[in-house]
Amino acid sequence: MSEKIVNDLSIQVATVNGSGSQSSNNIIIKTLFRMGIPVGGKNLFPSNIAGLPTWYNIRANKHGYIARKNDVDMVIAMNQDTIDEDIMQVIKGGVFIYNSDLKLNASREDIIVYPVPFNTIAKENFTDIKLRKLLTNMLYVGFLAELIGLEEATAKQAILDNFKGKVKAAEVNYQAYDVGAKYFRDNFSKTDNYYVERMDANAGKILIDGNSAGALGSLFAGCNVVAWYPITPSSSLCESLISYLRKYQLTEDGKAKYAEVQAEDELAAVGMVIGASWAGARALTATSGPGISLMAEFTGLAYYAEIPAVIWDIQRMGPSTGLPTRTAQGDLLFTYNLSHGDTKHLVLLPRNPEECFEFAPVAFDLAERFQTPVFVLSDLDIGMNNWMVNELKYPEGSYDRGKVLTAEDLERLGKFERYRDVDGDGIPYRTLPGTKHPLAAYFTRGSGHNEKGAYTERPDDYVRNIDRVNRKTETAKKYIPAPLVDWVNGADVGIIAYGSSDSAMKEARDNLAAKGIKTNYMTVRALPLTDDVKDFIAKNRVVYLVEQNRDAQMLRLVLMERMDPQEKVKSVLHYNGFTIDAKFISENILQVEGVVRV
Amino acid sequence: MSSIAVKTNQIGLSKNEYRGANSTLCSGCGHDSITSHIITSYYELGIDPYTVAKMSGIGCSSKTPAYFMSKAHGFNSVHGRMPSVVTGAKMANKHINIVAVSGDGDTGNIGLGQFMHIVRRNVDMLYIIENNGVYGLTKGQFSATADTGSKLKHGTINEFTALDPCALAIELDCGYVVRSFAGDPKQLVPLMKGGISHKGLALMDIISPCVTFNNHLGSTKSYDYVKEHDIRLHEVNFIPSYEEISVDYEAGDIKDVTLHDGSHIRLKKLDRDFDPTNKLEVLQALEMARREHIILTGLLYTAADGKDLTGEVLNLVEQPLYALMEEDLRPSREVLSKIMSDFR
Repeated sequence: MSEKIVNDLSIQVATVNGSGSQSSNNIIIKTLFRMGIPVGGKNLFPSNIAGLPTWYNIRANKHGYIARKNDVDMVIAMNQDTIDEDIMQVIKGGVFIYNSDLKLNASREDIIVYPVPFNTIAKENFTDIKLRKLLTNMLYVGFLAELIGLEEATAKQAILDNFKGKVKAAEVNYQAYDVGAKYFRDNFSKTDNYYVERMDANAGKILIDGNSAGALGSLFAGCNVVAWYPITPSSSLCESLISYLRKYQLTEDGKAKYAEVQAEDELAAVGMVIGASWAGARALTATSGPGISLMAEFTGLAYYAEIPAVIWDIQRMGPSTGLPTRTAQGDLLFTYNLSHGDTKHLVLLPRNPEECFEFAPVAFDLAERFQTPVFVLSDLDIGMNNWMVNELKYPEGSYDRGKVLTAEDLERLGKFERYRDVDGDGIPYRTLPGTKHPLAAYFTRGSGHNEKGAYTERPDDYVRNIDRVNRKTETAKKYIPAPLVDWVNGADVGIIAYGSSDSAMKEARDNLAAKGIKTNYMTVRALPLTDDVKDFIAKNRVVYLVEQNRDAQMLRLVLMERMDPQEKVKSVLHYNGFTIDAKFISENILQVEGVVRV
Repeated sequence: MSSIAVKTNQIGLSKNEYRGANSTLCSGCGHDSITSHIITSYYELGIDPYTVAKMSGIGCSSKTPAYFMSKAHGFNSVHGRMPSVVTGAKMANKHINIVAVSGDGDTGNIGLGQFMHIVRRNVDMLYIIENNGVYGLTKGQFSATADTGSKLKHGTINEFTALDPCALAIELDCGYVVRSFAGDPKQLVPLMKGGISHKGLALMDIISPCVTFNNHLGSTKSYDYVKEHDIRLHEVNFIPSYEEISVDYEAGDIKDVTLHDGSHIRLKKLDRDFDPTNKLEVLQALEMARREHIILTGLLYTAADGKDLTGEVLNLVEQPLYALMEEDLRPSREVLSKIMSDFR
């Protein structure tokens, strides 16, 4: 037996969608997390309610590499339809735990195999047929725990928490866990090398998905109008926000301090957000690619008539219906310029759930400050997977409600023109409907308008207005989240990434460093691009821009903005729908660098 | 010298305070008559313009909010999507009085979905359709409310079934449904006042001839055709809440409809028996009218106040949501740390 591998393990659980394995996988992750081991979970699920294959990827790694790893150390195979493929997934020397009540045709000599008759064991131990199916999943938790060394007490607490403290439900699951563990003890002695041991890397961390974090951020940002239309993978953001609002935004006598409507489609959802924001509330909708397509006309109105709106796009694979349960960064260019005419939006690019929480209030502040739609581009990986991030910090600053004039302001000022650039920053003042003052009213329109909001077809009026609107975008560059840069001494290779790609970057850069390539790293966190990007490119010999789309959309923006005059930027593109893995990035860069350095 | 006494309403505003910019529509357009009826209704009801928001989509009709109550905020949104903007605005500020002006294309074609859904949700508003059966701004194409067999100026015949927004709204239990004619202020103004006083969505489908593209022989939305085929269901009076109801009528011929704010619509029977509270009979009457090529006008349907979205369904606090600030909305540190424990 070769050397022990401790706290460096990727597990892939292959099950059937709808079989209830999600609880079991969550319990494994929680247990690893509470044992202080950095961990991440990626759900590779089908667009289906029940019956199709689904995989869950768990990555535990002492270095904090928690992006998905393409190389699977250990497979737990519970699905007849994929079992022959699943065994091939295991790396040489890895582990294959499989349900031996299923028919396995393939075989491998170079891995360690633990056949476990899960169905038979379940039949012998659980009489309730309905419950039996679910408990079968808990059997593999117990088996795995015994095999790799998950702490029993920690696992059982995770089980209890999973069933929200309901002792009765937990007890039958404890029993299943014990039976699974006992089966390992009675039938096998450990021949593989994979172990987990308690460490202390997770102080101050939580496990959270980006949609929950975005919902929480919005709750604390005072979002109190929600209009939405269900679409994968964004639905859980609004559902989670609504459940928080129900809990925390009711008065003592049960009255709601929020309003929520499930709209008839995404057009209506964004229309409601625009109507509510026009009337002064902090309103949000969340959607994914197909919904963004439908919102195009309305967001152009909001841009041109200068109405705040916060729109979350939890990106999935397109075009068209695409793959609704797979991740991508394919909406970048489309959302940035969404709608006809010269349209340009503010776009936030959170890297992980922690930034979903942090950017939620930023989105409202920017929308109200600049009176314009703000898109938050998350993706399925960030939105729906469990990420280990820093505990969410209580937002300190005050809400920025922007330039809104009250009746008292109007009285004091003695005049008001809706679209006049009084302060030279491009941002005009607005009033809200219902303001009790004879000067307050103005007419909002998507047609050509002058400073007073009156209809105009004059060329000079048009140019003056559309240029002023553009000045807001320039002003906004100082307000949007700046890129983060990690300069490394002696490095001349730069990497730029954004969004969920960041999760694989620590590992990818360590891989490169191990091969002698030191890298500087920039994370872009918002659009429009700022000169920071230009400077970063200028200061590196070569820059790799990592993105999860086919067409190198961020690179196109970089080129459009003339930020790469010497053509130093090369693309690393990952767009197969699976969450990005570090080795893919580092090997792509190594390949190019190898050629360069010959 | 004596000063000229300007007539004012009960809140001390003159009718001028209810006017807007000059209309840019064609001279003689039915829409301009409706604009003046809107001005009259709001003036006579004594509603302060600043409490009103004027909403519209796109089209000739949707331009008209610029032509009345310039001291009210207005919003000319996108084609067919006014209802969602209204829904949002009402969620943010449930106290705002919504008057929305749409057209037959804006509501019946591109916006049919949003129209049906705002009726379903019963958003408290006055929803006016200025219905002329054609697209004006794009020069005279049919809309979905054009009657089967009606003829465009250059001779094209409409082969398709006409869509009746009133019947659709009644189907969805809209609590106040009116069909009227732009050229009949005697009927229209009291019904509009009733619509403004109604709690929930009040729909007024107002036939409003397009003098430029749909006022010819062969059109079923021309001034002449409508005058000839209009069957008034009743004589209408609006009795504000502060006025006593007099009793000088013959029993049986009069029906009083009490509105949410205590005002009344008094309907005096004309030739036909018609009960605007009986959904089945109303739908039957509309179907018979369609077959007979007549236009029934008046209060087509009224129902006991259903629950409206922002008044009741959402169970909102009294203060409008937009006015809630950080101190009202940001949960405490303790709340966040409690939530955090769920994620450990």
